[in-house]
Amino acid sequence: MSLRIDDLVITLGDRPLLALPALAVAPGEVVTVMGPSGAGKSTLLAFLSGTLDAAFRARGRVWLAGEDVTNLPPHRRRIGLLFQDDLLFPHLSVAENLAFGLAPGLRGAARRARVAQALAEAELAGFGPRDPATLSGGQRARVALLRTLLAAPRALLLDEPFSKLDVALRGRVRDFTFAAARREGLPCLLVTHDPADAEAAGGRVLELGRG
Amino acid sequence: MRAAPWLTATLFLGPLAAGLAGTLLPAFGYLPALGGDSLSLDPWRALLAAPGLARSVMLTLGSGLAATLVALLLVLGFCAVTQGSAWARRAQAALAPVLATPHAALAIGFAFLVAPSGWLARLASPWATGWDRPPDLPIPGDPWGLALVLGLVLKEVPYLLLMAFAALGQVPASASLRAAAALGHRPVPAWFKLVLPQIYPQLRLPICAVLAFSLSVVDVALILGPGTPPTLAVLVLRWFGDRDLALWFPAAAGAVLLLGLVLGAILAWRLGERAVAALGRRWIATGHRGGQALLLRALAPAALGLLLAASLAGLAALIAWSLAGPWRFPEALPAGWTLRVWRAQSAEIAGPARATLLVAVLSTLAALGLVLAWLESGAGRRLRALVWLPLLLPQLAFLFGWQVALVRLGLDGTLAAVVWTHLLFVLPYVLLSLADPWAALDPRYARSAAALGAGPWRVFWAVKLRLLLRPLLVAAAVGFAVSVGLYLPTLFAGAGRITTLTTEAVTLAAGADRRVLGAYAALQAALPLLAYALAAALPAWLHRHRQGMRP
Repeated sequence: MSLRIDDLVITLGDRPLLALPALAVAPGEVVTVMGPSGAGKSTLLAFLSGTLDAAFRARGRVWLAGEDVTNLPPHRRRIGLLFQDDLLFPHLSVAENLAFGLAPGLRGAARRARVAQALAEAELAGFGPRDPATLSGGQRARVALLRTLLAAPRALLLDEPFSKLDVALRGRVRDFTFAAARREGLPCLLVTHDPADAEAAGGRVLELGRG
Repeated sequence: MRAAPWLTATLFLGPLAAGLAGTLLPAFGYLPALGGDSLSLDPWRALLAAPGLARSVMLTLGSGLAATLVALLLVLGFCAVTQGSAWARRAQAALAPVLATPHAALAIGFAFLVAPSGWLARLASPWATGWDRPPDLPIPGDPWGLALVLGLVLKEVPYLLLMAFAALGQVPASASLRAAAALGHRPVPAWFKLVLPQIYPQLRLPICAVLAFSLSVVDVALILGPGTPPTLAVLVLRWFGDRDLALWFPAAAGAVLLLGLVLGAILAWRLGERAVAALGRRWIATGHRGGQALLLRALAPAALGLLLAASLAGLAALIAWSLAGPWRFPEALPAGWTLRVWRAQSAEIAGPARATLLVAVLSTLAALGLVLAWLESGAGRRLRALVWLPLLLPQLAFLFGWQVALVRLGLDGTLAAVVWTHLLFVLPYVLLSLADPWAALDPRYARSAAALGAGPWRVFWAVKLRLLLRPLLVAAAVGFAVSVGLYLPTLFAGAGRITTLTTEAVTLAAGADRRVLGAYAALQAALPLLAYALAAALPAWLHRHRQGMRP
């Protein structure tokens, strides 16, 4: 599985917002995208995840494992998305959050076992029935990543997912996330302000310019 | 989904356009069904020749403007003196039951309070008044319309207060006052100088709706207003209801006159706004720090407390009368309590109660469906102004013509017609109470769900609706309460074949047994309260193990 983006130009009206040279991210590789606010980082993520507002015009194609996903609706792309906030659904338990993205083919006891196994692997065994609001910041971050991985994504987009964690926690969650991406062989695009993130990712760094 | 705003617009514009045209044409003599097949000014001549018309118009303008002005000043005064204090929140919670109570029930309760044989007179007799028989006073129904104004204020204050609190939540009110204090300004005058101009734009439409409602209200005027001459709206309704169908022509002319009065009053209000704003600017420019506003500090909360007490005492009076055994004047309480009236009326009351519930549930569900589809489509922002129209026009001005159109469609007196007509008034309030929470929902929840593979329907049902369950149920309760309280729309679209607790209660208020009236009005008040209680209890129970879902 690899993520490929052809020469990309996104414009709003006749104002160019973003130009990105062709880019290929190999399985398990983390490419970091940096740039000042307004450089089009969130526009790029919206384009890749399929939620770009209709007012924008994008030229360029996105390929996932050889399939052109440019025109697929967001829920068919299987591109995992992690934000600054964990965005665990507050009305669901931890287990229900994890089951939300798990493919419907797996049923009953097997389904519950898959969720329990994921929790155990993340050192969260027994957390299934818990209210997400009662978890610590680090636990919530891990559950959010597990939820994304259980949906069997073909790539990961990380939108400054570590910036709200305190410094002590940040390193651990970062390592946990990158390790998971490598283990699953997921191409990974990390958008961040923090040079330490880029350093920890250890891969290529792309600087988006202004305009 | 995309069609929802347009479908709603059609559902709205149809009745409004047909209704206005169907009122305007007869006002100028054209109604072929009744032999009027040419345009003429005869209806207007008949209207102008009606005895007491000038007094009716003066009474209408006087009571409508007075009620709006008094309610607004009370609300602004209260907000100014309680800004930033815990009292603002407490007032909001205390006023919620009044907000849910239909106008008619509140007005009947108020009548039970202030009538010569009402609770107030009983409490003060005979030790203070010397009355051992109810005095012969024209209350309610005093010729100056004072009881009518008070009855309207009772209901409009909680509504405007809610709107003011909502607006205050969106502007930096406390920061403005801190900045003013640092410049040596006292808080209350500074509130009027700095905060009021920020929230007024959001209050303008609700104020205009209150003004239009107060000028054209029928049920409250029937219960608390004077009888000879009555307000213009009541006069027009009498003619519409007369056996002599020829009176429909002057009635239509009267409805158009009422429309003119409402539009004129709104225009005058806008001009008044400008004058007040100009004076306010000069006041601000003088740099006066203003006084301590001691009088306002004492008066506004006291007046509000009094209003609240009167509303709740009125509701208690409804229940007390419906359960009263023998109750001689001037005893403060009945000699005994009995369920006799409830038992005797249970068969009679069940039909209207069922119809009330059915119409309210159906119109609320229809409104919720349309509003959700509308919000989800993200389109139709400009169409929002349209849904305010039924609240800004006098109901009489289009309901008569709409009834004529319903007759022609063969729909008059059907459940569908009543639900459709209720929708015109239910949907605006549902949209109003749901639009802000919907817009405030973090869009990243939906994006996260989509990235996890959930399609648009699943995102809508399993994520958005569940996250917004609380405001959704509140909006449903608001819509339900609005529907339960509607009088004229039920009367016209129901064509006498569908009667609700509201139409029955207003009819009974004309002089039936006070015990029976108390039972109808109490039940009418109870239904919306139950809906509100359910809307509060259900999410609290469902989310008892979910801290993140608590307000």
